[in-house]
Order: sequence, then structure tokens, then C-alpha cells
Amino acid sequence: MQKVLTVSEITKQVKQVVEENFTGVKIIGEISNFKAHVSGHWYFTLKDGNSAINCTMWRGVNDYVFFTPQNGMKVILSGRITVYPPRGSYQFDARSMQPAGVGELQKAFEELKRKLQNEGLFDEEIKKDIPEFPNTIGVVTGSDTAAFKDILSVASRRYPLVKIIITPTKVQGDGAAEEIVNSINILNKRKDIDTIIVSRGGGSLEDLWAFNEEIVARAIYKSKIPVISGVGHEIDFTIADFVSDLRAPTPSSAMELATPNKDDLFAFISNFSFDAKNQITDLISDLRNDVEQVTESYGFKNLISTINNKKQLLDNYLFRIQTVISNFLNEKKSNLELSTKIVSSNNIEVILKKGFVLVEQNKKFIKRKSEIEAKEKISLQFADGKVELNK
Amino acid sequence: MTKKNISFEKSLNRLQEISELLESDEVTLENSIKLYEEGMKLSKSCYSQLNKAELKVEELNTQLEQELE
Repeated sequence: MQKVLTVSEITKQVKQVVEENFTGVKIIGEISNFKAHVSGHWYFTLKDGNSAINCTMWRGVNDYVFFTPQNGMKVILSGRITVYPPRGSYQFDARSMQPAGVGELQKAFEELKRKLQNEGLFDEEIKKDIPEFPNTIGVVTGSDTAAFKDILSVASRRYPLVKIIITPTKVQGDGAAEEIVNSINILNKRKDIDTIIVSRGGGSLEDLWAFNEEIVARAIYKSKIPVISGVGHEIDFTIADFVSDLRAPTPSSAMELATPNKDDLFAFISNFSFDAKNQITDLISDLRNDVEQVTESYGFKNLISTINNKKQLLDNYLFRIQTVISNFLNEKKSNLELSTKIVSSNNIEVILKKGFVLVEQNKKFIKRKSEIEAKEKISLQFADGKVELNK
Repeated sequence: MTKKNISFEKSLNRLQEISELLESDEVTLENSIKLYEEGMKLSKSCYSQLNKAELKVEELNTQLEQELE
């Protein structure tokens, strides 16, 4: 008679056999039904053409996976089989996860790219303009990285008026995508950021993977501040590049695209002082020409000759008036001379000396016999004195 | 610094505007001389702002900012 086992007893035995024999195994398969629980644990199924196995990857352990698993992605898991007695089920407890090949990441990349493209996240119409003269630029990258040093040196060479705010961010490995998202969100909460640069230096596809994660793409899409991506080298394209408002091939060129060039500005300013001076000089010489044209014009010259004619006429009149006046004066002068002669020839002294006498009666000179009053006194004026004759 | 920068951008835009006005042939002599004087002042201030500027860098504490949310 065989021993009868309870369910728990048989389960315990199975658990022991299975768990002892399947530790440190590696399995390959395609991910499906992937769920990242809020608790941080991952639940999914790994399958191939014929079989499927339930998998768990606990929080803390899955931190070391540099990419976010996608359904359909072929991965290699290492871990162990565990048995869960309450359900009598077995599952794979994954301790690590690797993509089955670089092709797998590429596939995930293409799939996410297609999906976001269909959703319109890459549309040209929604791309925001990059401010020409930014006051403040937020930089999402590692603070001690070569990429950040490049960014700073470009900024101080091109446009030192700008202020740089860096959000030190892990840009590679586990949790990098979450940190990038966090930094973009922090910068979006500030009011002073004009442009965001999301950046990382060159590296392998694995190193750059955070920039291919969906959460990063969605954070860039949601950003109200224009985002420039500058990830890896010229040849590297990430999902972040497609969704950002402007893609720069490298970190330093991201800062170049974010700022005006100081040398161009200096050239513009000095061109201004040169051009403006010329403009003014031209304007003045144009105006001078205009004035000359008017003064040389027939109308204007005609006016001048009219004026000259009038002047001449005026001179003629003046001349004639002068002649008339001087003739008049001369005539008067000679009249005066004549009169003076006449007057002086009639001088009374001279006449008296000739022997004539002035007869005066009652203070009046007597010129005729009839004027004499017989009974009055008469005085006679001789050249040498007066004689009173009393009647 | 921010205010200074805004005025830099404004100055530069005004300078651009003035240079277009001067080229337009539509300004009177009196006006163009006023514009020229304004432009020269602006270009001097832009030049010295840009020349004296030094890059300012501020580091945010991302952990702290996250906790403040």
C-alpha cells in the first residue's frame, strides 16, 4: 500500500527537488505580459514557440537592468526556479536580465520609435522654437562629466551672458531614465529656464540606452520648455533625439545650437556703427545734391536774375536821384553865393561912407519926402556919427 | 543678471530695428541723426555687456527638489 501524501507534503517534496536542481540557471526567451508593479517588482512571462514560464524580478534586483523590458524582447535571464506552494505553481526568479543580443535592443528601439511616431510625438509642427537669446539654460547631465565641461566651455566662448543651471543627473545604467525624467520635470517647474539641454557623451548603445526609454521620450514631449538633445556622437541617434525640439549631434553642439555666437554679435555691432555712419553720410550728401539741384534749376536761377535786374534798376534810380539832388544843391549854393554878394554890396556902412545920410524920425527911416513930419525931431546918421536936429 | 540680459536682447533688437530704419531711406535727416546717436549708445552698451560677461553656473540638488514635490 502506497503512502498517502497530503497536498502540502507532495508540494514540499516537489519544491525541494525543483529548487535544489534549478539554481543558477540561465534561460532564453521572449518577454510577454510585462508588468512593472507599483511596489517596484516586475512580473512577466518568458516564452518561446511551445512553452511559457512565469517570471518575477524583485525590486532592488531589477535596478541593475539598464533597459526597461518590452514585450516581444528576447532576453537571457539568470536565476532559479521557485515553487509557490499556495498555488502549486512554479516560477522563475530572475536575478539578472540581459538582452539576447544587440539586435534585441535595436528591435526595441525601432518598436518604440514606430509607436511614438504614430502617436505624433515626433511631428515637426509641435516642435518648439529655440530662443535666440536665452537668459538661462537648464542642463540635464552628469555634473562631473566631460560632456558638461564641453557644454560650459562652449557657453562661455559663445555667449557668456547666459546662466547655466545644471541638474546633476545619472545618465547611464539603472535608474538613469528615471533621473533624467526627474531633472526635466524639476527644470519645468522653474520659471526662469529658456532652454533645456539633455545630454550625454559618447558610449555604447547600452550606455546611451536611457535616452531610448519611453519615459524619457514622454518627459521631453511634455516639457513646456524647448529641449535640445545632444547625446553621444554624430552617428548616434536616440529616441530622445527624435522627440526633442532640436537634435544636436554632440553635447557641445547642443550648446552651440542653444546660444548666439558672441563673435557674430560683435560683428553685427561693429557693422552697425560702420553702416550707420555711411547711411548718414549718404543721406547728407543726397540732401546736399538735392539742394544743389534746386539752386541750379532754371526756376531758381531765373529768380536770381530777376532779383539782379531789380537791383540794377534800383541802382539806376538811386543814381538818378543822387544826380537830381546834387544838381539842386549846386543850384542853391550858387544862388546863395549870389545873394550874399548882393547883400554885401548893399552894406549900409559902405553907402554911408560914400556920403549918403540915413534920415530917421520917430525911430523910423524916412525914405520919401512925403513921410516927413515937419514938426518932429529928425536925426541924421552919417558914416561918422549921428546928428539930432531939433525943430 | 536676468534683467541685464533682457536689456541686452532688447538693445540688440532695437539696434537691428534702427539699422533697418536707417537703410529704409524713409527717415528725415533730423530723425536719422537721432537714430544714429541712439544706435551708437546701444552698440556701446551691448559691446561692453558682452565683453564683461562671465558665465554663471548654478547646481541644483535634484534629490532635494524631488523631495520638495
